[in-house]
Amino acid sequence: MSSSVLYDAPGPRARTRNRIIGAVAVIGIAALIWVVVSRLDAHGQFAADMWEPFQYKRTQERLLHGLQDTLTAFGFAAVLSLALGALLAAGRLSDHRPVRWFCAAFVEFFRAMPLVIMIFALYVGIFGDAPLWALVIGLTLYNGSVQAEIFRAGINAVPRGQSEAAYALGLRKTQVMSSVLVPQAFRSMLPAVLSQLVVTLKDTSLGYIITYEELLYVGKLIAGTTSTAEGYPYIPVVLVIAPVYIGLCLALSGLARWIEARGRRSSKGAPPAPAADTGIAPDSGAGTIVVAAAADQ
Amino acid sequence: MNVLFTDDNFTLFRDGFLRTVELTALSGLLALVLGVLLAAFRVSPVPPLRIFGTVWVNVLRNTPLVLLFFAVVFGLPKIGVDLGYFTFAVLALGCYTASFVCETVRSGINTVPLGQAEAARSLGMTFAQTLRLVVLPQATRTVVSPTGSILIALTKNSAIAGAFNNAELYGVMKTWNELGYKIFAIFFWIALGYLVITFAISALFRFLENRLAVAR
Repeated sequence: MSSSVLYDAPGPRARTRNRIIGAVAVIGIAALIWVVVSRLDAHGQFAADMWEPFQYKRTQERLLHGLQDTLTAFGFAAVLSLALGALLAAGRLSDHRPVRWFCAAFVEFFRAMPLVIMIFALYVGIFGDAPLWALVIGLTLYNGSVQAEIFRAGINAVPRGQSEAAYALGLRKTQVMSSVLVPQAFRSMLPAVLSQLVVTLKDTSLGYIITYEELLYVGKLIAGTTSTAEGYPYIPVVLVIAPVYIGLCLALSGLARWIEARGRRSSKGAPPAPAADTGIAPDSGAGTIVVAAAADQ
Repeated sequence: MNVLFTDDNFTLFRDGFLRTVELTALSGLLALVLGVLLAAFRVSPVPPLRIFGTVWVNVLRNTPLVLLFFAVVFGLPKIGVDLGYFTFAVLALGCYTASFVCETVRSGINTVPLGQAEAARSLGMTFAQTLRLVVLPQATRTVVSPTGSILIALTKNSAIAGAFNNAELYGVMKTWNELGYKIFAIFFWIALGYLVITFAISALFRFLENRLAVAR
Protein backbone atom coordinates (compact mmCIF):
# COMPACT_ATOMS: atom_id res chain seq x y z
CA MET A 1 0.00 0.00 0.00
CA SER A 2 1.54 3.27 -0.98
CA SER A 3 1.23 6.04 1.53
CA SER A 4 -1.03 8.08 -0.76
CA VAL A 5 -3.96 5.77 0.03
CA LEU A 6 -4.15 7.38 3.44
CA TYR A 7 -5.14 10.80 2.11
CA ASP A 8 -6.88 12.27 -0.91
CA ALA A 9 -4.99 14.02 -3.66
CA PRO A 10 -4.72 17.43 -2.02
CA GLY A 11 -6.91 20.20 -3.38
CA PRO A 12 -5.97 23.89 -3.28
CA ARG A 13 -6.76 24.37 0.41
CA ALA A 14 -5.08 21.15 1.50
CA ARG A 15 -2.03 22.03 -0.59
CA THR A 16 -1.76 25.39 1.12
CA ARG A 17 -2.17 23.76 4.52
CA ASN A 18 0.44 21.12 3.73
CA ARG A 19 2.81 23.81 2.55
CA ILE A 20 2.32 25.75 5.79
CA ILE A 21 2.90 22.64 7.92
CA GLY A 22 5.90 21.81 5.76
CA ALA A 23 7.33 25.31 6.16
CA VAL A 24 6.82 25.19 9.94
CA ALA A 25 8.51 21.78 10.05
CA VAL A 26 11.45 22.99 7.98
CA ILE A 27 11.85 26.05 10.20
CA GLY A 28 11.60 23.89 13.32
CA ILE A 29 14.19 21.39 12.11
CA ALA A 30 16.48 24.18 10.89
CA ALA A 31 16.16 25.92 14.26
CA LEU A 32 17.05 22.67 16.03
CA ILE A 33 20.12 22.19 13.85
CA TRP A 34 21.09 25.83 14.38
CA VAL A 35 20.79 25.48 18.18
CA VAL A 36 22.99 22.38 18.15
CA VAL A 37 25.61 23.91 15.85
CA SER A 38 25.70 27.20 17.75
CA ARG A 39 26.03 25.38 21.08
CA LEU A 40 28.86 23.30 19.62
CA ASP A 41 30.48 26.51 18.44
CA ALA A 42 29.88 28.36 21.72
CA HIS A 43 31.62 25.55 23.61
CA GLY A 44 34.60 25.70 21.28
CA GLN A 45 33.98 22.37 19.54
CA PHE A 46 34.96 23.84 16.18
CA ALA A 47 38.18 25.41 17.47
CA ALA A 48 41.19 24.55 15.34
CA ASP A 49 43.14 22.80 18.09
CA MET A 50 40.21 20.45 18.73
CA TRP A 51 40.55 19.15 15.20
CA GLU A 52 44.32 19.37 14.97
CA PRO A 53 45.01 15.76 16.06
CA PHE A 54 43.28 14.48 12.94
CA GLN A 55 45.92 16.14 10.80
CA TYR A 56 48.68 14.00 12.26
CA LYS A 57 49.60 10.92 10.33
CA ARG A 58 49.94 9.02 13.61
CA THR A 59 46.29 9.68 14.52
CA GLN A 60 45.07 8.79 11.07
CA GLU A 61 47.00 5.53 11.22
CA ARG A 62 45.54 4.73 14.62
CA LEU A 63 42.02 5.30 13.29
CA LEU A 64 42.76 3.09 10.29
CA HIS A 65 44.10 0.35 12.57
CA GLY A 66 40.95 0.68 14.64
CA LEU A 67 38.84 0.27 11.53
CA GLN A 68 40.94 -2.70 10.51
CA ASP A 69 40.42 -4.34 13.91
CA THR A 70 36.68 -3.68 13.70
CA LEU A 71 36.58 -5.35 10.29
CA THR A 72 38.73 -8.25 11.51
CA ALA A 73 36.32 -8.94 14.34
CA PHE A 74 33.40 -8.57 11.92
CA GLY A 75 34.97 -10.94 9.40
CA PHE A 76 35.62 -13.70 11.94
CA ALA A 77 32.23 -13.23 13.59
CA ALA A 78 30.39 -13.21 10.25
CA VAL A 79 32.01 -16.41 8.96
CA LEU A 80 31.79 -18.27 12.27
CA SER A 81 28.21 -17.19 12.96
CA LEU A 82 27.08 -18.31 9.50
CA ALA A 83 28.79 -21.66 10.05
CA LEU A 84 27.28 -22.06 13.53
CA GLY A 85 23.91 -20.95 12.19
CA ALA A 86 24.00 -23.59 9.45
CA LEU A 87 25.00 -26.25 11.98
CA LEU A 88 22.28 -25.30 14.46
CA ALA A 89 19.63 -25.02 11.74
CA ALA A 90 20.56 -28.50 10.51
CA GLY A 91 20.33 -29.69 14.10
CA ARG A 92 16.90 -28.16 14.62
CA LEU A 93 15.62 -29.76 11.42
CA SER A 94 17.13 -33.12 12.35
CA ASP A 95 15.06 -36.31 12.64
CA HIS A 96 16.73 -37.21 15.94
CA ARG A 97 14.83 -35.79 18.87
CA PRO A 98 17.81 -35.29 21.29
CA VAL A 99 19.72 -33.34 18.62
CA ARG A 100 16.67 -31.20 17.93
CA TRP A 101 16.12 -30.46 21.61
CA PHE A 102 19.75 -29.68 22.28
CA CYS A 103 19.92 -27.25 19.33
CA ALA A 104 16.61 -25.61 20.28
CA ALA A 105 17.77 -25.08 23.87
CA PHE A 106 21.12 -23.72 22.65
CA VAL A 107 19.47 -21.28 20.25
CA GLU A 108 16.86 -20.09 22.73
CA PHE A 109 19.39 -19.56 25.49
CA PHE A 110 21.91 -17.58 23.49
CA ARG A 111 19.25 -15.52 21.75
CA ALA A 112 17.84 -14.47 25.10
CA MET A 113 21.15 -13.38 26.63
CA PRO A 114 22.29 -9.77 26.43
CA LEU A 115 25.43 -9.75 24.31
CA VAL A 116 27.28 -7.44 26.70
CA ILE A 117 26.86 -9.87 29.57
CA MET A 118 28.10 -12.77 27.46
CA ILE A 119 31.10 -10.96 26.03
CA PHE A 120 32.07 -9.65 29.46
CA ALA A 121 31.78 -13.13 31.01
CA LEU A 122 33.88 -14.64 28.18
CA TYR A 123 36.45 -11.86 28.57
CA VAL A 124 36.78 -12.22 32.34
CA GLY A 125 36.39 -15.97 32.52
CA ILE A 126 38.27 -17.34 29.51
CA PHE A 127 39.87 -14.87 27.12
CA GLY A 128 41.45 -12.46 29.62
CA ASP A 129 44.37 -11.52 27.39
CA ALA A 130 42.66 -11.91 24.00
CA PRO A 131 39.67 -9.55 23.91
CA LEU A 132 39.33 -10.18 20.15
CA TRP A 133 38.32 -13.79 20.80
CA ALA A 134 35.96 -12.89 23.62
CA LEU A 135 34.25 -10.50 21.21
CA VAL A 136 34.24 -12.91 18.26
CA ILE A 137 33.00 -15.91 20.27
CA GLY A 138 30.31 -13.79 21.95
CA LEU A 139 29.14 -12.40 18.61
CA THR A 140 29.24 -15.88 17.06
CA LEU A 141 27.14 -17.50 19.79
CA TYR A 142 24.48 -14.79 19.63
CA ASN A 143 24.37 -14.11 15.89
CA GLY A 144 24.82 -17.79 15.06
CA SER A 145 21.66 -18.55 17.04
CA VAL A 146 19.75 -15.81 15.24
CA GLN A 147 21.07 -16.94 11.84
CA ALA A 148 19.99 -20.50 12.67
CA GLU A 149 16.42 -19.28 13.12
CA ILE A 150 16.59 -17.38 9.82
CA PHE A 151 17.91 -20.48 8.02
CA ARG A 152 15.27 -22.69 9.60
CA ALA A 153 12.48 -20.29 8.67
CA GLY A 154 13.85 -20.10 5.12
CA ILE A 155 13.96 -23.90 4.73
CA ASN A 156 10.47 -24.28 6.22
CA ALA A 157 9.14 -21.65 3.82
CA VAL A 158 9.94 -23.79 0.78
CA PRO A 159 6.64 -25.36 -0.36
CA ARG A 160 6.13 -28.87 1.05
CA GLY A 161 5.62 -30.35 -2.39
CA GLN A 162 9.26 -29.69 -3.19
CA SER A 163 10.66 -32.02 -0.54
CA GLU A 164 7.86 -34.55 -1.09
CA ALA A 165 8.67 -34.67 -4.80
CA ALA A 166 12.37 -35.05 -4.02
CA TYR A 167 11.73 -37.93 -1.60
CA ALA A 168 9.43 -39.52 -4.19
CA LEU A 169 12.30 -39.44 -6.68
CA GLY A 170 14.30 -41.49 -4.19
CA LEU A 171 16.71 -38.83 -2.97
CA ARG A 172 18.15 -39.25 0.50
CA LYS A 173 17.63 -36.74 3.36
CA THR A 174 20.96 -35.03 2.78
CA GLN A 175 20.36 -34.86 -0.95
CA VAL A 176 16.89 -33.40 -0.49
CA MET A 177 18.33 -30.76 1.79
CA SER A 178 21.41 -29.87 -0.21
CA SER A 179 20.12 -30.09 -3.77
CA VAL A 180 16.45 -29.13 -3.43
CA LEU A 181 15.63 -27.17 -0.28
CA VAL A 182 18.74 -25.08 0.41
CA PRO A 183 19.14 -23.68 -3.13
CA GLN A 184 15.52 -22.54 -3.13
CA ALA A 185 15.57 -21.18 0.41
CA PHE A 186 18.85 -19.37 -0.19
CA ARG A 187 17.38 -16.51 -2.18
CA SER A 188 14.45 -15.88 0.11
CA MET A 189 16.56 -15.74 3.24
CA LEU A 190 19.48 -13.75 1.85
CA PRO A 191 18.06 -10.30 2.76
CA ALA A 192 17.36 -11.36 6.35
CA VAL A 193 20.83 -12.92 6.62
CA LEU A 194 22.43 -9.70 5.39
CA SER A 195 20.34 -7.63 7.80
CA GLN A 196 21.61 -9.80 10.63
CA LEU A 197 25.17 -9.25 9.37
CA VAL A 198 24.54 -5.51 9.71
CA VAL A 199 23.61 -6.19 13.33
CA THR A 200 26.84 -8.17 13.73
CA LEU A 201 28.83 -5.28 12.31
CA LYS A 202 27.14 -2.83 14.66
CA ASP A 203 27.73 -5.09 17.63
CA THR A 204 31.49 -5.27 17.04
CA SER A 205 31.49 -1.88 18.77
CA LEU A 206 30.81 -3.80 22.00
CA GLY A 207 34.54 -4.49 21.90
CA TYR A 208 34.78 -1.00 23.38
CA ILE A 209 33.48 -2.39 26.66
CA ILE A 210 36.16 -5.08 26.97
CA THR A 211 38.97 -2.75 25.79
CA TYR A 212 39.36 -4.41 22.40
CA GLU A 213 41.06 -1.79 20.24
CA GLU A 214 38.36 -1.38 17.60
CA LEU A 215 37.38 1.92 16.02
CA LEU A 216 35.32 3.31 18.89
CA TYR A 217 37.87 2.40 21.55
CA VAL A 218 40.67 3.94 19.50
CA GLY A 219 38.50 7.05 19.21
CA LYS A 220 38.11 7.16 22.97
CA LEU A 221 41.86 6.79 23.45
CA ILE A 222 42.53 9.62 21.00
CA ALA A 223 39.96 11.87 22.64
CA GLY A 224 41.11 11.05 26.15
CA THR A 225 44.79 11.70 25.50
CA THR A 226 44.44 14.98 23.59
CA SER A 227 44.13 17.90 25.95
CA THR A 228 43.24 21.25 24.39
CA ALA A 229 42.26 24.64 25.75
CA GLU A 230 38.62 23.75 25.12
CA GLY A 231 38.80 20.34 26.78
CA TYR A 232 39.04 16.83 25.37
CA PRO A 233 37.88 16.47 21.74
CA TYR A 234 35.14 13.84 22.31
CA ILE A 235 32.67 15.52 19.94
CA PRO A 236 35.12 15.83 17.00
CA VAL A 237 35.99 12.15 17.47
CA VAL A 238 32.31 11.20 17.34
CA LEU A 239 31.86 13.38 14.25
CA VAL A 240 34.75 11.54 12.57
CA ILE A 241 33.84 7.97 13.62
CA ALA A 242 30.05 7.99 13.31
CA PRO A 243 29.99 8.49 9.50
CA VAL A 244 32.37 5.54 9.09
CA TYR A 245 30.10 3.17 11.03
CA ILE A 246 26.90 4.52 9.49
CA GLY A 247 28.41 4.37 6.00
CA LEU A 248 29.53 0.75 6.42
CA CYS A 249 26.13 -0.34 7.78
CA LEU A 250 24.20 1.60 5.12
CA ALA A 251 26.30 -0.02 2.40
CA LEU A 252 25.58 -3.49 3.77
CA SER A 253 21.85 -2.85 4.24
CA GLY A 254 21.72 -1.22 0.80
CA LEU A 255 23.15 -4.46 -0.60
CA ALA A 256 20.43 -6.41 1.23
CA ARG A 257 17.71 -4.19 -0.22
CA TRP A 258 19.16 -4.42 -3.70
CA ILE A 259 19.32 -8.21 -3.57
CA GLU A 260 15.79 -8.35 -2.24
CA ALA A 261 14.41 -6.15 -5.02
CA ARG A 262 16.32 -8.19 -7.57
CA GLY A 263 15.16 -11.52 -6.14
CA ARG A 264 11.53 -10.46 -6.12
CA ARG A 265 11.71 -9.36 -9.71
CA SER A 266 13.24 -12.52 -11.12
CA SER A 267 11.45 -15.06 -8.92
CA LYS A 268 8.13 -14.21 -10.49
CA GLY A 269 9.60 -14.51 -13.95
CA ALA A 270 7.95 -11.20 -14.77
CA PRO A 271 9.60 -8.52 -16.87
CA PRO A 272 11.14 -5.62 -14.94
CA ALA A 273 8.46 -3.50 -13.31
CA PRO A 274 7.56 -0.25 -15.07
CA ALA A 275 9.35 2.82 -13.80
CA ALA A 276 6.28 4.19 -12.04
CA ASP A 277 5.97 1.04 -9.94
CA THR A 278 9.54 0.78 -8.73
CA GLY A 279 9.24 3.83 -6.51
CA ILE A 280 6.85 1.93 -4.28
CA ALA A 281 8.00 -1.66 -4.51
CA PRO A 282 11.47 -1.49 -2.88
CA ASP A 283 10.01 0.63 -0.11
CA SER A 284 7.31 -1.78 0.94
CA GLY A 285 9.84 -4.58 0.60
CA ALA A 286 12.17 -2.79 2.97
CA GLY A 287 9.37 -2.96 5.50
CA THR A 288 9.41 -6.75 5.47
CA ILE A 289 13.16 -7.00 5.97
CA VAL A 290 12.75 -4.65 8.84
CA VAL A 291 10.26 -6.86 10.57
CA ALA A 292 12.73 -9.71 10.37
CA ALA A 293 15.59 -7.52 11.50
CA ALA A 294 13.69 -5.65 14.17
CA ALA A 295 13.27 -8.77 16.21
CA ASP A 296 17.00 -8.98 16.76
CA GLN A 297 18.31 -5.47 16.63
CA MET B 1 26.31 -19.92 43.63
CA ASN B 2 26.40 -18.27 47.02
CA VAL B 3 27.26 -14.87 45.60
CA LEU B 4 23.71 -13.64 45.99
CA PHE B 5 23.39 -14.52 49.67
CA THR B 6 26.60 -13.14 51.12
CA ASP B 7 27.07 -9.64 52.53
CA ASP B 8 24.88 -6.95 50.97
CA ASN B 9 24.86 -8.61 47.60
CA PHE B 10 21.17 -9.29 47.58
CA THR B 11 20.36 -5.60 48.08
CA LEU B 12 22.81 -4.72 45.33
CA PHE B 13 21.25 -7.26 42.99
CA ARG B 14 17.71 -6.15 43.81
CA ASP B 15 18.57 -2.48 43.17
CA GLY B 16 20.30 -3.38 39.91
CA PHE B 17 17.36 -5.48 38.82
CA LEU B 18 14.87 -2.69 39.58
CA ARG B 19 17.14 -0.21 37.80
CA THR B 20 17.11 -2.40 34.67
CA VAL B 21 13.32 -2.67 34.85
CA GLU B 22 13.01 1.09 35.29
CA LEU B 23 15.40 1.79 32.42
CA THR B 24 13.57 -0.64 30.14
CA ALA B 25 10.14 0.71 31.04
CA LEU B 26 11.01 4.40 30.62
CA SER B 27 13.00 4.02 27.41
CA GLY B 28 10.37 1.61 26.08
CA LEU B 29 7.68 4.23 26.68
CA LEU B 30 9.79 6.92 24.99
CA ALA B 31 10.49 4.57 22.06
CA LEU B 32 6.80 3.69 21.59
CA VAL B 33 5.60 7.32 21.63
CA LEU B 34 8.43 8.58 19.45
CA GLY B 35 8.21 5.56 17.13
CA VAL B 36 4.49 6.00 16.42
CA LEU B 37 5.04 9.73 15.86
CA LEU B 38 7.89 9.02 13.43
CA ALA B 39 5.75 6.45 11.60
CA ALA B 40 3.00 9.05 11.25
CA PHE B 41 5.61 11.48 9.88
CA ARG B 42 6.79 8.89 7.37
CA VAL B 43 3.32 8.32 5.89
CA SER B 44 2.16 11.95 6.12
CA PRO B 45 1.36 14.17 3.11
CA VAL B 46 4.02 16.73 4.17
CA PRO B 47 7.36 16.06 2.44
CA PRO B 48 9.67 17.71 5.04
CA LEU B 49 8.20 15.53 7.80
CA ARG B 50 8.58 12.43 5.62
CA ILE B 51 12.22 13.28 4.97
CA PHE B 52 12.84 13.93 8.67
CA GLY B 53 11.35 10.54 9.58
CA THR B 54 13.32 8.72 6.90
CA VAL B 55 16.63 10.31 7.85
CA TRP B 56 16.08 9.67 11.57
CA VAL B 57 15.25 6.00 11.00
CA ASN B 58 18.06 5.31 8.55
CA VAL B 59 20.73 7.06 10.60
CA LEU B 60 19.80 5.61 13.99
CA ARG B 61 19.13 2.10 12.72
CA ASN B 62 22.62 2.03 11.27
CA THR B 63 24.41 3.51 14.27
CA PRO B 64 25.93 1.10 16.79
CA LEU B 65 24.18 1.65 20.12
CA VAL B 66 27.51 1.86 21.94
CA LEU B 67 28.53 4.73 19.66
CA LEU B 68 25.23 6.49 20.39
CA PHE B 69 25.80 6.05 24.13
CA PHE B 70 29.35 7.33 23.69
CA ALA B 71 28.12 10.42 21.82
CA VAL B 72 25.37 11.16 24.35
CA VAL B 73 27.33 10.47 27.54
CA PHE B 74 30.61 12.13 26.53
CA GLY B 75 29.28 14.61 23.95
CA LEU B 76 26.27 16.32 25.54
CA PRO B 77 28.02 17.47 28.75
CA LYS B 78 30.63 19.15 26.54
CA ILE B 79 27.97 21.45 25.11
CA GLY B 80 26.47 22.24 28.49
CA VAL B 81 23.70 19.62 28.59
CA ASP B 82 24.16 17.51 31.71
CA LEU B 83 21.15 15.44 32.65
CA GLY B 84 22.77 12.64 34.60
CA TYR B 85 23.72 9.15 33.42
CA PHE B 86 20.29 7.63 33.89
CA THR B 87 18.49 10.21 31.74
CA PHE B 88 21.23 9.93 29.13
CA ALA B 89 20.71 6.17 29.02
CA VAL B 90 16.93 6.56 28.65
CA LEU B 91 17.43 9.08 25.83
CA ALA B 92 19.95 6.96 23.92
CA LEU B 93 17.95 3.73 24.27
CA GLY B 94 14.63 5.46 23.55
CA CYS B 95 15.79 7.29 20.41
CA TYR B 96 17.56 4.19 19.08
CA THR B 97 14.61 1.86 19.67
CA ALA B 98 12.12 4.42 18.32
CA SER B 99 13.55 3.90 14.83
CA PHE B 100 12.76 0.17 15.03
CA VAL B 101 9.29 0.83 16.43
CA CYS B 102 8.68 3.29 13.58
CA GLU B 103 9.49 0.70 10.93
CA THR B 104 7.30 -1.92 12.60
CA VAL B 105 4.35 0.47 12.85
CA ARG B 106 4.85 1.52 9.25
CA SER B 107 4.83 -2.05 7.98
CA GLY B 108 1.81 -2.66 10.22
CA ILE B 109 0.05 0.21 8.48
CA ASN B 110 0.90 -1.45 5.19
CA THR B 111 -0.90 -4.65 6.22
CA VAL B 112 -4.25 -2.91 6.77
CA PRO B 113 -6.38 -3.66 3.69
CA LEU B 114 -6.52 -0.82 1.16
CA GLY B 115 -10.32 -0.67 1.32
CA GLN B 116 -10.23 0.47 4.96
CA ALA B 117 -8.32 3.66 4.26
CA GLU B 118 -10.29 4.22 1.05
CA ALA B 119 -13.59 3.86 2.90
CA ALA B 120 -12.40 6.28 5.59
CA ARG B 121 -11.44 8.78 2.92
CA SER B 122 -14.73 8.44 1.10
CA LEU B 123 -16.50 9.23 4.38
CA GLY B 124 -14.59 12.50 4.30
CA MET B 125 -12.08 11.78 7.05
CA THR B 126 -8.84 13.74 7.12
CA PHE B 127 -5.38 12.14 7.17
CA ALA B 128 -5.19 12.40 10.98
CA GLN B 129 -8.66 10.92 11.42
CA THR B 130 -8.01 8.11 8.95
CA LEU B 131 -4.83 7.18 10.74
CA ARG B 132 -6.10 7.59 14.32
CA LEU B 133 -9.61 6.12 14.01
CA VAL B 134 -9.33 3.55 11.23
CA VAL B 135 -5.83 2.45 10.26
CA LEU B 136 -3.76 2.47 13.47
CA PRO B 137 -6.32 0.55 15.60
CA GLN B 138 -6.31 -2.20 12.98
CA ALA B 139 -2.55 -2.08 12.52
CA THR B 140 -2.16 -2.63 16.29
CA ARG B 141 -3.08 -6.27 15.88
CA THR B 142 -0.19 -7.07 13.55
CA VAL B 143 2.20 -4.71 15.32
CA VAL B 144 1.83 -6.22 18.81
CA SER B 145 4.01 -9.29 18.32
CA PRO B 146 7.00 -7.56 16.65
CA THR B 147 6.77 -4.80 19.25
CA GLY B 148 7.21 -7.46 21.92
CA SER B 149 10.41 -8.62 20.20
CA ILE B 150 11.61 -5.02 20.03
CA LEU B 151 11.03 -4.50 23.75
CA ILE B 152 12.87 -7.74 24.51
CA ALA B 153 15.77 -6.51 22.40
CA LEU B 154 15.56 -3.21 24.28
CA THR B 155 15.90 -5.05 27.60
CA LYS B 156 19.01 -6.77 26.32
CA ASN B 157 20.39 -3.53 24.90
CA SER B 158 19.83 -1.77 28.21
CA ALA B 159 22.84 -3.71 29.51
CA ILE B 160 25.02 -1.30 27.54
CA ALA B 161 23.91 1.45 29.92
CA GLY B 162 25.85 -0.41 32.61
CA ALA B 163 29.05 0.30 30.73
CA PHE B 164 28.23 4.01 30.95
CA ASN B 165 27.96 4.46 34.72
CA ASN B 166 24.53 3.03 35.44
CA ALA B 167 24.18 0.66 38.39
CA GLU B 168 21.81 -1.75 36.63
CA LEU B 169 22.34 -5.49 36.23
CA TYR B 170 25.48 -5.24 34.12
CA GLY B 171 26.80 -2.65 36.59
CA VAL B 172 26.20 -5.20 39.37
CA MET B 173 28.07 -7.80 37.30
CA LYS B 174 31.09 -5.51 37.05
CA THR B 175 31.00 -4.74 40.78
CA TRP B 176 30.84 -8.42 41.71
CA ASN B 177 33.65 -9.18 39.31
CA GLU B 178 35.81 -6.54 40.99
CA LEU B 179 34.96 -8.09 44.37
CA GLY B 180 36.51 -11.29 43.03
CA TYR B 181 33.58 -13.70 42.86
CA LYS B 182 33.62 -16.59 40.39
CA ILE B 183 32.50 -15.32 36.96
CA PHE B 184 30.35 -18.38 36.35
CA ALA B 185 28.25 -17.77 39.45
CA ILE B 186 27.95 -14.06 38.61
CA PHE B 187 26.87 -14.87 35.05
CA PHE B 188 24.27 -17.30 36.36
CA TRP B 189 22.50 -14.74 38.55
CA ILE B 190 22.73 -11.82 36.12
CA ALA B 191 21.49 -13.99 33.24
CA LEU B 192 18.61 -15.11 35.45
CA GLY B 193 17.73 -11.49 36.14
CA TYR B 194 17.50 -10.68 32.43
CA LEU B 195 15.60 -13.89 31.66
CA VAL B 196 12.95 -12.99 34.24
CA ILE B 197 12.39 -9.61 32.58
CA THR B 198 12.35 -10.92 29.01
CA PHE B 199 9.99 -13.77 29.93
CA ALA B 200 7.67 -11.31 31.65
CA ILE B 201 7.61 -9.12 28.53
CA SER B 202 6.97 -12.03 26.18
CA ALA B 203 4.18 -13.34 28.46
CA LEU B 204 2.60 -9.87 28.54
CA PHE B 205 2.69 -9.56 24.77
CA ARG B 206 1.35 -13.06 24.23
CA PHE B 207 -1.54 -12.08 26.50
CA LEU B 208 -2.11 -8.86 24.55
CA GLU B 209 -1.98 -10.74 21.28
CA ASN B 210 -4.62 -13.22 22.45
CA ARG B 211 -6.83 -10.45 23.79
CA LEU B 212 -6.72 -8.52 20.54
CA ALA B 213 -7.25 -11.63 18.46
CA VAL B 214 -10.42 -12.47 20.38
CA ALA B 215 -11.72 -8.91 20.19
CA ARG B 216 -12.12 -9.13 16.45
